[in-house]
Amino acid sequence: MRRRLLALSVVLALVFVGVACGDDSDSNKADTTSTTQSTAAKDTLEGEIVVSAAASLTEAFDEIAKDFETAHPGVEVSPDYGPSSGLSDDILAGKPSDIFASADQTNMQKLVDGKAVDAGAPKVFARNRPEMAVPKGNPGGVKGLADFAKSDLDIGLCAADVPCGKFARQVLDQAGITPSVDTNEVDVKSLLGKIESNDLDLGMVYHTDVVAAGDQVEGIEIPDDQNVIAVYPIAALKDSKNQDVAEAFAAYVASPAAQSVLEKFGFLPPS
Amino acid sequence: MTTPLPVRVLAAVGFAFVLLPFLGLLQRTPWSQLPSLVTRPDVRQALRLSILTSLAAMFLAIVLGVPLAWVLARTHIPGRSVARAIVTLPMVLPPVVGGAALLFALGRNGLVGQYLDDWFDIRLPFTTVAVVLAQTFVSMPFLVVTVEAALRSTDVRYEQAAATLGAGRWTTFRRVTLPSVAPSVLAGAVLCWARALGEFGATISFAGNLEGRTETVPLAIYIELQRDRDAAIAMSLVLVVISLVVLVALRDRWYRVQG
Repeated sequence: MRRRLLALSVVLALVFVGVACGDDSDSNKADTTSTTQSTAAKDTLEGEIVVSAAASLTEAFDEIAKDFETAHPGVEVSPDYGPSSGLSDDILAGKPSDIFASADQTNMQKLVDGKAVDAGAPKVFARNRPEMAVPKGNPGGVKGLADFAKSDLDIGLCAADVPCGKFARQVLDQAGITPSVDTNEVDVKSLLGKIESNDLDLGMVYHTDVVAAGDQVEGIEIPDDQNVIAVYPIAALKDSKNQDVAEAFAAYVASPAAQSVLEKFGFLPPS
Repeated sequence: MTTPLPVRVLAAVGFAFVLLPFLGLLQRTPWSQLPSLVTRPDVRQALRLSILTSLAAMFLAIVLGVPLAWVLARTHIPGRSVARAIVTLPMVLPPVVGGAALLFALGRNGLVGQYLDDWFDIRLPFTTVAVVLAQTFVSMPFLVVTVEAALRSTDVRYEQAAATLGAGRWTTFRRVTLPSVAPSVLAGAVLCWARALGEFGATISFAGNLEGRTETVPLAIYIELQRDRDAAIAMSLVLVVISLVVLVALRDRWYRVQG
């Protein structure tokens, strides 16, 4: 036992010496790499954060997370995408997370009510417009919202409790249309997958999803007076073990750099 | 023989590991609301659909699976071991992959589905039939594996004797082979049914999700988890109770068969 302790302390001592030497050699090279050194020295953010984000944010947040990691080399961002309602339930049930980015206010409010987020914390960082989505070439010949009532078309919506399902139903209700639904998909990605594969003729998703789906899906705009624009709030969670990083990330999402990424993927600015 | 202590301890831990989540479910069950939740129209509808489709899947699996097991166990066609691997593939595959594959095969643009649509105007996805097919796809291997094992262990001399006594091949299969493996067919069918009853992934990706048409209990549980946790838990409990009763009954029979 004692011998093992001795060996361990020798190893530890060697590691320390090694670290010290490493520092030395770094400072020797200081003049050549002074710029990167100074930014790294100023940046005190480090650690891993889990970002629970609405499924519709997948592509934009993948890129924003990468940019954020590049700006803060000590930080690792692990995104966790899913339906906002499922994510908020999971967070309230104790799933570890540092940030919540919701596709609606309702699920963010659930976290405020559940004391997982401070009342003043949520900030709207983007908006999104629902759009009709059809497979490439529009095989069902869809023209407008009224086509949702056609029973001979294969029509899908998100389930009534997923944000994209709520917005879609709100839009249809407002227009006085009873949709002839063939399937209520569990989230926006699975609905889009079936439109992309041409197994459904028509669905309603976000404009950003149509952008993300590429050329296999076409979007048909819903006139503004018939539409319901979605609002995306973000907030650091009170239970975050990495409060600084979480708040820095939330702030970064509002920065011009992140906003231009969001715009690229089809999001509208917060106001 | 007395059980060695480490075995006893590990067995206890293993049992507790399986039991614990069910205790968690029981603890969260809203007992006072249970009767009203279980008899709610949408819950009853999902239950009815689940029971009907899983029974249909079981019968389809018996009709197709028993002959398949027989061929795998008794014939020497080339590529049999590959065929056996393919037949059992749905057991290990994520069901959602199976569902997507079914869509690629039987969807309206699928390998076969496009002709079903063009020639017969049949569209399988998003129908109750699609639910049955998805369940059969995922659960049939349980029956095939069980029956095939039984066929391998039965004594072929009974069949040979029947043949020497003048029974034709079909008669021998029907009157000698089938009765000798009947307990295994039953056991396999029940396993298959239980698996079909719990099917989620293949169903949601191939058949979609619509109340009354394709929303079986597991799908309803998933949807309700986001809306009404109590209803989801009540439905989960019903599934657990049904499965447990069936498995207990099956185990008794199983042991009697195996001695």
